[in-house]
Amino acid sequence: MKVRALRRHTPSLLLFAALLVIWQLVPPVLKIREYLLPAPAAVVRAALSFSIPWHTHLWVTAIEILGGFALAGAAGVALGVAIAWSPTIARALVPFLVFVNTLPKVAVAPLFLLWLGYGILPNLLIAALIGFFPVVINTAVGLTQVDDELLDLGRAFGAPTWKVFLKIRLPNALPYVLSALKITATAAVVGAIVGEFVASQAGLGMVIVNAQTNLNTPVAFAALLWISIIGLALYGAVGLAARWWAPWADTT
Amino acid sequence: MIVLDGIGMTYLADSGPVEALRDIAFTVDRGELVALVGPSGCGKSTLLRIIAGLRPATAGRVAVDGRSVTRPIAAVGMVFQAPVLLKWRRIVDNVLLPAELAGLNPSEYRARAGDLLRLVGLGDFGDKLPRELSGGMQQRAALCRALLLDPPLLLMDEPFGALDAMTRDELNLELLRVWGEGSDQRKTIVFVTHSIPEAVFLADRVVVMTPRPGRVASVVPIRLPRPRTTATRASADFGALTLQIHDILSRPA
Ligand SMILES: Nc1ncnc2c1ncn2[C@@H]1O[C@H](COP(=O)(O)OP(=O)(O)OP(=O)(O)O)[C@@H](O)[C@H]1O
Ligand SMILES: [Mg+2]
Repeated sequence: MKVRALRRHTPSLLLFAALLVIWQLVPPVLKIREYLLPAPAAVVRAALSFSIPWHTHLWVTAIEILGGFALAGAAGVALGVAIAWSPTIARALVPFLVFVNTLPKVAVAPLFLLWLGYGILPNLLIAALIGFFPVVINTAVGLTQVDDELLDLGRAFGAPTWKVFLKIRLPNALPYVLSALKITATAAVVGAIVGEFVASQAGLGMVIVNAQTNLNTPVAFAALLWISIIGLALYGAVGLAARWWAPWADTT
Repeated sequence: MIVLDGIGMTYLADSGPVEALRDIAFTVDRGELVALVGPSGCGKSTLLRIIAGLRPATAGRVAVDGRSVTRPIAAVGMVFQAPVLLKWRRIVDNVLLPAELAGLNPSEYRARAGDLLRLVGLGDFGDKLPRELSGGMQQRAALCRALLLDPPLLLMDEPFGALDAMTRDELNLELLRVWGEGSDQRKTIVFVTHSIPEAVFLADRVVVMTPRPGRVASVVPIRLPRPRTTATRASADFGALTLQIHDILSRPA
């Protein structure tokens, strides 16, 4: 199993390593300056350097991402359940949610800043706002895409609605929700960083903005590296959860 | 006992009304095994749902055990045309589902679930997920699910349609055992099938339906001796009945 997984990932790992080598070796030959494209070694050095309080920034950004992700997941499932539960609620809620989802979140960020001030909360909310919609839709779809015969079975045995919901609809929706959460994981990263770009006193997004004004490109790349590590870790965790909780569905 | 009186069913589809059933009238006695044959789309599945109280008919009246059917009837075992198992549950937990839905304690039915799975040749597959089983095996698991609570009435919609001929013949014999052939504690079974030999082999009477809108073309009593065995299929009477039903089905309506 392990060996097979390794073999499956070999091509992508090889490609990744090759790109790193090219990236390290080619720019000096072409005399590309470091502030335009720092070499991988310089990026790693910057990422591990103590001259920048990485742990503070990592902490702030991670809280925004994870908090936004959790909020998007919880609110998304709750709204999806409400929509699946009652057609009236669905008719009332769906147009409004579609409207909220089409709002450009970058444009909302300054408003959050205005209302909530600097800090983690506005960025967390942007992260949540950008990632909640797929969860709503997939939850509602997963709860309603159930074979009629299964629902008939419930009725034939006189099962109360809540029991059919708990034993048939909810497990049916689980893989749908989990695959939406993968999208949410990536979206939450974007949301948090966008929020920090607009305004923040700490966080990896802010590090990028500052590094850019100082032409300290290795640090910007290092921040990017940390962001992608958080993003990949979250995405991987959701993927593992999907395999663990919904092994019957092949979500890849 | 099931009484069908003037049953009609018209679906209101987006493309307009579809008349699926017209003026269906027959009875099924307690302890009787009645097979329902008819061309595809003549309303056999629809009729089973109406008997089960899962869909209201648009005309006529159904009564089961003297009571008018106006909502899903209790104590019925349904086998649908497709297995419809819960993908996330192991086979044995799928078989136990009716106990849970009916508010009974599933652990009290575990032994019975195991017996039923062994009966249909799935003894070693209780711990597997449905997708690890073939379509025919899934259908057998669905049969076990229908039998779990030992319902006095079984409504079966082409339960063995997805099986190879040999397994199907075996399960037919098994079904007759489950039914209680030869005892006076028999279940009542309505059995839909596409296979005329299967209908003749199992049934006390075969209800032959016309193409859509489905009506009763004929009710053919099957007076073959019981218990039925593999030898039954070889008898001259068996062949004659099969042919007779075949003729009714291919007669222009
Ligand atoms: N929910 C529905 N809405 C509209 N029309 C329907 C619906 N269900 C069935 N029908 C129509 O009613 C007719 C009878 O359908 P039914 O499934 O009862 O046939 P059947 O005899 O079981 O066919 P088969 O042998 O292929 O299973 C068909 O023409 C079908 O198109
Ligand atoms: Mg059918």
